Amino acid sequence: MAEMGSAATRVEVTLKKAGGPGDDKVHTWPNLVRAEFLCTLFTIIFLLLWSLLVDAPLEEPADPGRTPNPSKAPWYFLGLQEILVFFDPWHAGVVAPTFIIMGLMVIPFIDINPKGNGYYTFKERKYEILTFIFGFHVLWISTIVIGTFVRGPGWNWFWPWEVWDAHLVEALTNQDLPYLVGIRDYWTAAAFGLSLIIGFFVVGTAAMYWWVVWLKGREFMQRWGAARFFLTSFLTLNMIAVVIKMLLRHILNVKYILVTPWINV
Amino acid sequence: MSSQFDELKRQVMESQAWQSIFRHGYEDTPRNRILMVSGNVWLHLHPSKVRKHATRLRFTWCMGGITFLMYLVTVVTGVYLMFYYRPVAEYAYADIKYLEFDMPFGMLMRNMHRWAAHGMVIAVWLHMFRVFMTGSYKPPREFNWVVGVLLLVLTLLLSFTGYLLPWDQLAIWAVSVGSNMGRATPLLGYEGPFNEVLGVNPIYDARAFLFGGGEIGAHTLLRFYILHCIFIPLVTSLFLAVHFWRIRRDGFSGPAL
Repeated sequence: MAEMGSAATRVEVTLKKAGGPGDDKVHTWPNLVRAEFLCTLFTIIFLLLWSLLVDAPLEEPADPGRTPNPSKAPWYFLGLQEILVFFDPWHAGVVAPTFIIMGLMVIPFIDINPKGNGYYTFKERKYEILTFIFGFHVLWISTIVIGTFVRGPGWNWFWPWEVWDAHLVEALTNQDLPYLVGIRDYWTAAAFGLSLIIGFFVVGTAAMYWWVVWLKGREFMQRWGAARFFLTSFLTLNMIAVVIKMLLRHILNVKYILVTPWINV
Repeated sequence: MSSQFDELKRQVMESQAWQSIFRHGYEDTPRNRILMVSGNVWLHLHPSKVRKHATRLRFTWCMGGITFLMYLVTVVTGVYLMFYYRPVAEYAYADIKYLEFDMPFGMLMRNMHRWAAHGMVIAVWLHMFRVFMTGSYKPPREFNWVVGVLLLVLTLLLSFTGYLLPWDQLAIWAVSVGSNMGRATPLLGYEGPFNEVLGVNPIYDARAFLFGGGEIGAHTLLRFYILHCIFIPLVTSLFLAVHFWRIRRDGFSGPAL
């Protein structure tokens, strides 16, 4: 990817008429229309059969006075509900989805690799694909699967073959990270937590900088630019932070890293 | 007899009325293949010629098309459901029961509407995954990817607002849980960080704006009904038009020739 200036990275696909040398264009009718027609046909048949066999759920009439346990959001939001275990609602419900949407939107602008445009390749864009799979499959889909299939009453972990025991008592052994390392003073704990979080992003950004320079060279970093680099490292570190917070909870029963009167992380 | 029929057919097909509707015949000629696409308002979403790989299922997965198809199915079945449904707390649940047991094809229409909505969410995710894997968001299609992300969000909102309408236990509690993030919004939610800065309270914050009141209730049902049936479909249609227009202008992505 050495030969590209910013102007040359635009791969223009022109609308010129077919017929030039090496042009592999075929008629839309019937080639594409036939494929679309068959796709439509089979999808409609599948949907029709499915709808004949499986009824849409309908429970008892709405009763605002009777909260079911567990109350689950629609399945496509269960990834966010699942990370409520690890983060306060302002993060899991508001900041995280905002980052996800913004992060998806900036993908075309932070990825300046001109290769792999219009064909499947893993070799030419390893890190892009690995990052996407980490975010989409590992974080998003797996938390949805957990939220859908293994969360029961009290949002406790029940394997699919276990009976949902609504009276299961879970010992709340969670403690905050500063407390765990022996800090008892409130303000010292807050300062410790804050410096850990800031430190994570500073060290993480620096590490990512050196890693990219080592991997692709200074010339690439210059072409990539500060805005793209900081955006990418910030979003990537946020994804990694979710995993770190999950591991801290599951392994060390850590509830918060930073505790303040206004905000907990 | 057959010659009489042929004569009739010829007369009909050469009549001014017929030719004003159908502008070309069925001959399998290159010219006619192009006219088939360019002369048809629906098919004209396509260019009249495409590169070979773009017609292959193993390249496109047809997931964008299936997403749009699911959208159309929900529009058609949704209009049917609207004839029998009243977004009023006293009637909504009974109307769904009525629809299921008394209306011709009511159960089938409701099933198709719901499963198509779920199918649309899955298909739009797979479409996004495919577009990522082929790097089709790369120049010159960056902005179309951004429009696609907006359409993904709109798809989720469409599905989410529809979730409330049956007005059963599943509906109100799923929507309650899904909307609780509203009250946790920094600054704008009454349980969110820094809520005191703007002085928000339970009946005047981000979630109350979404619900049309402090708690989920009859007001929320009407609000979600209008969002679900009118507002979000309109916005979605606008972005769909932009999405299709831009891919039509930029062309499908493909390997260099």
